[in-house]
Amino acid sequence: MRQFKSLAFIITSAALLAACKTPVKLNDTPVVERTTAPQSSTANDRDIRPVDTGATDELNNPGGVLANRSIYFDFDSYTVRDDGKPVVENHSNYLVKNKTRHILIQGNTDERGGTEYNLALGQKRAEAVRKSMSSLGVAESQIEAVSLGEEKPKATGSNEEAWAQNRRADIVYQ
Amino acid sequence: MKKISPFLFGAALLASTAAHAQLHVEIAGVGSNQIPIAVAGFADESMAPAQISAIIKADLERSGVFKVIDAGTVLSDTANIDYSAWKGRGADALVVGSVQKLPDGRFEVRYKLLDTVKGAPLSTLPQSVEPRYTRLSAHKIADDIYLKLTGARGAFATRIAYVNENRAAHDYRLEVADADGEGTQVAVKSNQPIISPAWSPDGTKVAYVSFEKQKPVIYVQNLVTGQRTVVSNQKGSNSAPSWSPDGSKLAIALSKDGHYQVYSVNVDGSGLRRLSNSNGIDTEPQFSADGQSIYFTSDRSGGPQVYKMPASGGNATRVTFKGNYNISPRVASDGKTLAWVSQREGGYSLYAMDLSSGQELRLADGATEPSFSPNGKYIMYATKGGGRTGLAVVSTDGRIKQRLSTNAGNIREPNWGPFMK
Repeated sequence: MRQFKSLAFIITSAALLAACKTPVKLNDTPVVERTTAPQSSTANDRDIRPVDTGATDELNNPGGVLANRSIYFDFDSYTVRDDGKPVVENHSNYLVKNKTRHILIQGNTDERGGTEYNLALGQKRAEAVRKSMSSLGVAESQIEAVSLGEEKPKATGSNEEAWAQNRRADIVYQ
Repeated sequence: MKKISPFLFGAALLASTAAHAQLHVEIAGVGSNQIPIAVAGFADESMAPAQISAIIKADLERSGVFKVIDAGTVLSDTANIDYSAWKGRGADALVVGSVQKLPDGRFEVRYKLLDTVKGAPLSTLPQSVEPRYTRLSAHKIADDIYLKLTGARGAFATRIAYVNENRAAHDYRLEVADADGEGTQVAVKSNQPIISPAWSPDGTKVAYVSFEKQKPVIYVQNLVTGQRTVVSNQKGSNSAPSWSPDGSKLAIALSKDGHYQVYSVNVDGSGLRRLSNSNGIDTEPQFSADGQSIYFTSDRSGGPQVYKMPASGGNATRVTFKGNYNISPRVASDGKTLAWVSQREGGYSLYAMDLSSGQELRLADGATEPSFSPNGKYIMYATKGGGRTGLAVVSTDGRIKQRLSTNAGNIREPNWGPFMK
């Protein structure tokens, strides 16, 4: 019984779907045909019409790859580590596709050393990210590399764990 | 830390007032070189908002040059003085004076410096001041005493600028205080960091770096009018302003060409010109006292070292050689001494170098951001340790040390202002 009922359902559905197609008259223009087709008066309660809300900006997806905007550096190092490369690549891809977007790359250092020299070292980290992005095709006009030196630590402690958090470059969309 | 606690307790009592700076003085190794001087209470000084004789005594004591004897009595500048009695108490000099309220609301402050050895007056300095300048009148008297008895110009009546920051509260202030840390006034209040304040040679303006635009930008602010102008906001970072001695230009550090280099710019922001040329970091420019040279920090040879180049740019010569981390050069007003910060054996220490002989002297440990007093006798610096920062002063010969701290926030980035009228 069950199988029969299912089969009957499929046959009925197929017949209904076939009925949706308005017979094409040869003298009609195809353009009109296409626009009128989905607006068939024989629409069924089980029809699905997809709705597009317009392009969603991946930048606003909190679970997306662009949500990660920090690139970390080793002590006394100013080259992008392997774990930072995907971050640079993801944002570069986005910036290449979205030419109207601009970013600040803010370089940071840990608290050890002089204020101004640390500002210069933070700049080196920002420049390393800028150069990587530039080599991936991002226009220079979309990027500004700046330094915050030791002034804006992410972690406040005076230990290696905190310092490692603070040796970083942040991508800030404007 | 133990030494500072009684004073921190004192500061806590003032917690209801605005962040209040106080000095804690440590004097070591001066001994018999000190000039014994007695300071009497000034007649009617209690009517003025500041106790003039107490400020004079504190200034003289802090200098390390004097051994202050409390006269234990009030003596007006018109009193008859028994010189031999004061000489008998061990004083080579005696300070007396008086305060009088004038009909227009000002105070007339009169003082006399008396030479007890010669038994004759040595100096006077009559002043008529608004009530808010009574502290200043006392500092000026201390300057006069210092000049007459040591032959060198005193810096007690000068001011300092520094940053008072409370990061957790996003509260950053550029403050101005008397050289003793008293009389604090807020010049800039921001919710973003401020660094590298630098006084103009005439003492009416301060250049500084503000992060209010999410990046370092250089401003010059007229302290008197509060008007401020952007001196440099080039693409990238803008920092490390240093005034030329004539006050017309600033040497600055910019990253506009992809890495930090030294530039000069007119105070109105025009006439930007690149001065240094290296593939590494060039930053922290400082004009020499004669304006002919610029000292700066560069890592062109590996680690950061101090270099010197003509003020118009050109070939640089290396100045520091010991250690592999030498930063923050500052030159004394006589052009003879260089102060800078060197990292050796882990910590950051303040060093001074006799530029003619190259001889080095370690002045203090745990030190960054040095700044010379305008008479070249002292260096103020930021102390760093355990996350908390404060200010300290050391004499250029290393014998006298003072600490300055506040009851709230961290104070750092000191810059000692110039002589003013």
